[in-house]
Amino acid sequence: MQIKEIVERLGLTVLVGEDLTGEVTGGYVADLLSCVIAGAKPHDLWVTLQTHMNIVAVAALKEVTAIVVAESAVVPDTTLEKAAQQGVVILSSSLPIYETVKQLVGLGL
Amino acid sequence: MKSRFALLTFLGKEGALSKVHELVREMRVSRVMTTSLFTISPDASMAELKELMREHHISGVPVLENGNLVGIVSIEDLIHALEQGKLGNPVREFMTSGRLIVAQANEPVMEAVRRFEATKIGRMPVLDTQEKLVGILTRGDIMEALLDALQEVYSEVERTHERPEHFFEALESDSTSLVLRYHVKARDFARGGDASAKIKQALLRIGAPAALARRVAIATYEAEINLIIHTDNGGTITADIKPAEISVLAEDQGPGIPDVELACQPGYSTATPEIREMGFGAGMGLVNIKRCTDTMHIWSAVGIGTRLQMVFRVPPAENP
Repeated sequence: MQIKEIVERLGLTVLVGEDLTGEVTGGYVADLLSCVIAGAKPHDLWVTLQTHMNIVAVAALKEVTAIVVAESAVVPDTTLEKAAQQGVVILSSSLPIYETVKQLVGLGL
Repeated sequence: MKSRFALLTFLGKEGALSKVHELVREMRVSRVMTTSLFTISPDASMAELKELMREHHISGVPVLENGNLVGIVSIEDLIHALEQGKLGNPVREFMTSGRLIVAQANEPVMEAVRRFEATKIGRMPVLDTQEKLVGILTRGDIMEALLDALQEVYSEVERTHERPEHFFEALESDSTSLVLRYHVKARDFARGGDASAKIKQALLRIGAPAALARRVAIATYEAEINLIIHTDNGGTITADIKPAEISVLAEDQGPGIPDVELACQPGYSTATPEIREMGFGAGMGLVNIKRCTDTMHIWSAVGIGTRLQMVFRVPPAENP
């Protein structure tokens, strides 16, 4: 499923990301970066509450398709800038992580 | 001829060889056609046509009258004239005219290929949008252009399939390695991940398998973050890339790890709450590193510093 379809169907906000054609094949949830590094797979959607700029490095490292920041957590400009530079897509969900993931599962992910 | 174009039909279908498929679809007739044109008037004699064909080794000539395409005359038409002893007669009598099968300069080569396949003709005059003759297209022209394009595709493929050992083959020494050094500042979270990302890029650029590059990047990232979080004055990361082995060394001058064995246990962390807030300090850094490396050595002394060596073998399967 492409990012843009998920954005449309869940009503997510695109914080950074010009190309929304990336394929999502699974998901991963964690706020501890080392867990993400150990557990996330390429083409995952990573749902987190972390907004610090290091999430960009981790997302790029693991080649996840997009980061979803839950609960409309405020993402600092420094993070958005770094994501734009590295071509990392960041989406925002107004729902808590649990609800967000439930909806993602509902999409068949 | 027939079998060659059966191949082209195959290329035109969905599926495999997508790059070639893309090429044939994108290539325009104007790029493939012959533009050095010989034409003849319908009032010229078949004898003149014979001379033109003989002199320039061509087998078909468009017939132009007042600048307009009125027909095409081929070597087969010439044979008919010869058989009937009518070499003195005008081209007009022998040429193919009326509904000529033509190609448009701006149409995809694929369309022209379909037309060749559907008919028995050997060449098509090429017209521009003003219906002016701008070239002639033969099956041979298409084959030649396709072979050129394939050559390009294959050299591209070869370039991207270069392996580290190929990169190193060109450099002679008893033991060649590529060394990349990075300085990592303490608390510089903004640049966290820069060194590992650059090492990954370098590995991919010299043709390392993607899975290997990813493993090296993950382990190096954890080591890099450790230097940022835990050291007094930062440290250095040195990647030593050899054809069959990649070694990454992370070094610092303190504070040193009091109990290395404890530090290697999953979940053990000395990170402060501020650092945990940023998502670090899961106590999984060294565990992740160990998982990604083939061998890992830590040497540390309190007050002196830490040396972490990570070694990755270039897998034999990917090292033919």
